[in-house]
Amino acid sequence: MSYPTTWSPPTFFGNRFVRYAVLLAVIGYFVFSYLTLDADWQRILKGIPRAMDIFERMFPPDFSRWKLLARGVLESVQMAFAASFFGMIIAIPVGLCAAGNLVPKPLYYAGRFFLGVSRTFHEIIIAIFFVKIFGFGPLAGVLTLIVASFSFIGKMLAEDIENMRPGKLEAIKATGASFPKLLLYAVQPHILPRYIGVSIYRLDANIRHSTVVGIVGAGGIGQTLAASFSRYDYGFSFAILATIVSLVFLGEFFSNWIRGRLR
Amino acid sequence: MTENTLHHDYPQIWKRYTPMETLKRYLGYAAIVFIAVWSVSNLEIPWFYFLDAHVQAADLLERMVPPHWPFWRKIVDPLIETLHIATLGTVFTVFIAFPIAILSARNTTFNRTTWFIGRLILVTSRSVNTVVWGLLFVAIFGPGPVAGIFSVAARSIGFVGKLIAEAIEEIDHGAVEAIEATGASGLKVLLIGVLPQVMPVIMGTIIYRWDINIRESTVLGFVGAGGIGIVLYSSINLFAWHEVSVILLSIFGVVIVSEYLSIKVRSKIT
Repeated sequence: MSYPTTWSPPTFFGNRFVRYAVLLAVIGYFVFSYLTLDADWQRILKGIPRAMDIFERMFPPDFSRWKLLARGVLESVQMAFAASFFGMIIAIPVGLCAAGNLVPKPLYYAGRFFLGVSRTFHEIIIAIFFVKIFGFGPLAGVLTLIVASFSFIGKMLAEDIENMRPGKLEAIKATGASFPKLLLYAVQPHILPRYIGVSIYRLDANIRHSTVVGIVGAGGIGQTLAASFSRYDYGFSFAILATIVSLVFLGEFFSNWIRGRLR
Repeated sequence: MTENTLHHDYPQIWKRYTPMETLKRYLGYAAIVFIAVWSVSNLEIPWFYFLDAHVQAADLLERMVPPHWPFWRKIVDPLIETLHIATLGTVFTVFIAFPIAILSARNTTFNRTTWFIGRLILVTSRSVNTVVWGLLFVAIFGPGPVAGIFSVAARSIGFVGKLIAEAIEEIDHGAVEAIEATGASGLKVLLIGVLPQVMPVIMGTIIYRWDINIRESTVLGFVGAGGIGIVLYSSINLFAWHEVSVILLSIFGVVIVSEYLSIKVRSKIT
C-alpha cells in the first residue's frame, strides 16, 4: 500500500494549479508594481531614523494649548451631530426613491444613480467643492458630511425596504390605504430599528470623518492637526491624535451601548 | 350598566403605543432636535454664504465644462500609481492584520493584557483617517507612493483585523481541539485549525477593503502621499477646472469598475 506518509492541508483555492497560478500572478504583480512605482528608495531608507526622531519629538504629547484643542474637538463633534441629523432626514426620501419595490422604475434608477454618484467621491473631494462654493469653515464640512451620511443611510434604507416580505405591504394595501399610509404603517415599522441603528453608526463614522475634512479647510480639529504637522509641531500633533483616538473610542462605546439597548 | 363602563374603559381606536410610550418617544425626538439645533447654532454658520452659493456653483460648472480631454495623457500614470497604492497597501494589511486579530479574539489571545493590546492597536488604526496617517508617513518617508502604501495599510489593519477577530471568535472549537489532540504546536494549531476556518472571511474582507482603499488613495496625494490626488490638487490650486473635470470623471470610472469587480469576486467566494 502506498499511503502518503506526509499530510498537507487542503488549499483554499481548491486545487494546486489554481493555487500556483494565483501565486504566480501575485509575484508578477509585485514585479510590475516595483517597476512602475516612482519611489525614491534613498529617501525611504532615511525614513527609519527620521521616524525615531519624529516619535521622540511626539513624546511627551503637548497639551499646553488645550483650549485650541478643545475648541477644535468641540467643533468636530458639533459638525458630526449636525451632519448626522440632516443626513438622517434627507436619507428618507432618497432611500425610498431607491427602493425597487415601492417606486416606479424611472424613479428607482434615478434614486440608485444619485446614491451611486454621491458615494463614489471621497469626502475630501466633495469638501473641496463645498469650500469653493461656501467658503472656508465648518459649513463646508457639515455639508460634506451630510452628503456622506445620506448616501450611506439611504443605501441601507433602500436595501432594507427591498428585503421586506411582500406580505407586509400587501396586507396594508388590502385595507385600501393610500401611499403615505402605506409608508406609515407598513414601511416605517419595518425599517425603524435598522434606520436608527445605521444612523447611530453613521454618527460615530461622522465623528471619525469630521477630523479629516479640515485638511482642505472645511473646519474641525483636522485643520488644527494639518497645521501642526506642517509646522513640525509633533508634540501637539500627538496630543490631537490621542484626543481623536479616545473620542472615537468613546463614540464607538456609546454607539454600541445604544444599539445594544435598542435590540 | 357594567357593560357601559367596560366600553368606556377601552379606547375605541387602535393605537400602537401606550400614552407613556408615546411621551417617551416624543421626548427622545425632542432631545435629538435639541442636540441638532445646539450644534448648528454653535458652529456660527455664515448663512449669507447661501445667498450667492448658486452663483458660485454655476460659475464652477461653467469652468469645468467642457472637460479638457487631451489632459488624459497626464493622468494615466498617476491613476496606475493610485491602483498600486491601494493594492499593495491592502496586500500588506493581510499579513499584519491576521496576527493582531489573533491577539484581539477572546478565544485565541494569550491573556487579558495581550487582548487589550490587540484591541488598542485595532482601535487606534481605525480611528485615525487614511489621510491623517498620510500626514505622518509623508513626514517619515518623504512624499511619494511608499508613504501612501503605508498609510493605506495602517488604516486598513484596524478594519480588517476587527472583522477577522470577530470571525475567529465564532469558529468551530472542535476543529481546533482535534488539531491540539494530535500534539501540534501553537503555531500549527493557528495555521491549520484556525486559519482555514476564517479564510473566506479574510478574503472577503480584504477584497471589500481593497475597493474602499481605491477611493481613499485617490485623495492621498493631497498630503503628498502619491497617486492621482497630487495631479488633482495641483489642478485645483491652478484653478484649471476643465482639467479637474477630466480627473473626476476618471476617478468615477475607476471607482465604479473596482466596486463592480469587488462585488463580483466576493459573491463567488461566499
